[in-house]
Amino acid sequence: MTANNDQGAGLSRRKVLECMTWAGTGVLWTVAGGVPRSLGLVGEAHAQAAGFTFMQISDSHVGFDRPANPNVLSTLEAAINKVKAVPARPAFMIHTGDISHLSKPSEFDDAERIISQARLDVHYVPGEHDVIDENTGKLYLERYGRGTKGAGWYAFDANGVHFVGLVNVVNLKAGGLGNLGADQLAWLEDDLKGRTDSTPIVVFAHIPLWVVYPQWGWGTEDGERVLGMLKRFGSVTVLNGHIHQIIQKVEGNVAFHTARSTAFPQPAPGSAPSPGPMKVDDDKLRTVLGIASINLVPGQQRLAIVDTPLQG
Amino acid sequence: MRITLVRAALLAAMVGLILNALNALNALPAAAAETAAAAGTTVKIDNFTFTPQSLTVKAGTTVTWINEDDIPHTVVATETAFKSKVLDTDDKYTFTFTAAGTFQYFCSLHPHMTGTIVVVPAGGGGAAP
Repeated sequence: MTANNDQGAGLSRRKVLECMTWAGTGVLWTVAGGVPRSLGLVGEAHAQAAGFTFMQISDSHVGFDRPANPNVLSTLEAAINKVKAVPARPAFMIHTGDISHLSKPSEFDDAERIISQARLDVHYVPGEHDVIDENTGKLYLERYGRGTKGAGWYAFDANGVHFVGLVNVVNLKAGGLGNLGADQLAWLEDDLKGRTDSTPIVVFAHIPLWVVYPQWGWGTEDGERVLGMLKRFGSVTVLNGHIHQIIQKVEGNVAFHTARSTAFPQPAPGSAPSPGPMKVDDDKLRTVLGIASINLVPGQQRLAIVDTPLQG
Repeated sequence: MRITLVRAALLAAMVGLILNALNALNALPAAAAETAAAAGTTVKIDNFTFTPQSLTVKAGTTVTWINEDDIPHTVVATETAFKSKVLDTDDKYTFTFTAAGTFQYFCSLHPHMTGTIVVVPAGGGGAAP
């Protein structure tokens, strides 16, 4: 089935986001009938007739070598191998930021060497770790910023779905959360203008656009402004990273999801003194980075989560 | 002759002991002072927190921030008085506060992390640090 912009609004409004699945950091998405849904567990997805799928990976933190995972390249490679093993070939991949740990050229090089093995187009947005070079993101923009505006935001269309990549990791204000800023919001307003309400929208950014846990800075200061602009659309999916764990919610026509990291887990909100890397036993690491499937039962706004670890 | 030698040796030994004792006495206060000074001019970054969150120093003091987290942080003055490069684990940043005033700062990567340096005038009875 091909995606169709003019698909009945009733379908969208029933929030037919049926089934989403994560594998480590890899999330396999398919868009059929104008709404994103999953094909099944990554690595086990059957070749279905539905035409359009894409992957999400996040938080690869290449360059990180602390005890929580001294070998982030091997776990990134494992994630990419999962992507390659998907029988129904995804159209592209999105990376929701923190490609590198310290914005070093060698880290971006290493990430590219492994991620490119998936042989997919990759649409990136930066995490705060990708913009800490001396020129605050110049290196990132040189590598990933072609065709983007400002600090690296952009939009594109694929199979009738409108994708928007936002940057909420620069010019952060003391005491605040993630920040998009007036320029980006004005651009977004203009970008969405004239699009029909039935156009499925996928927004992706590094820091969660909604406030997950402000005590740890897990949220976006002006994210509400974006949600206001998206309210009229029948199908909106917001994909984020940053918090290295799966958290999701559905609010009206908007489904929010955060992906796992390929590098290391972080504690659940408030469950530790700080959001720093969580050290688990070596033989448990890939268990933590394992597979989870998330389903939304049609007609219900609640997501059902089934975690399926890669190991164990 | 033999007696003299023994006395000389004893004397030498006693002098040595006394010198050692004096050295030890000298060394102790010096080390203690150093520790106190370090504690008074150092901000530890740990668990996504600046400790102490508010530090008071005299003008002319060099403050050192040390990142003890597994995640990089920065030290950035809200009013642009100072700005560190990114500090990876165990990296340090120092800044010398020449003027009195209150300086708010934060981590530009994790802006919920905030701290304050209060700089008081260097004058008065006490020696400037």
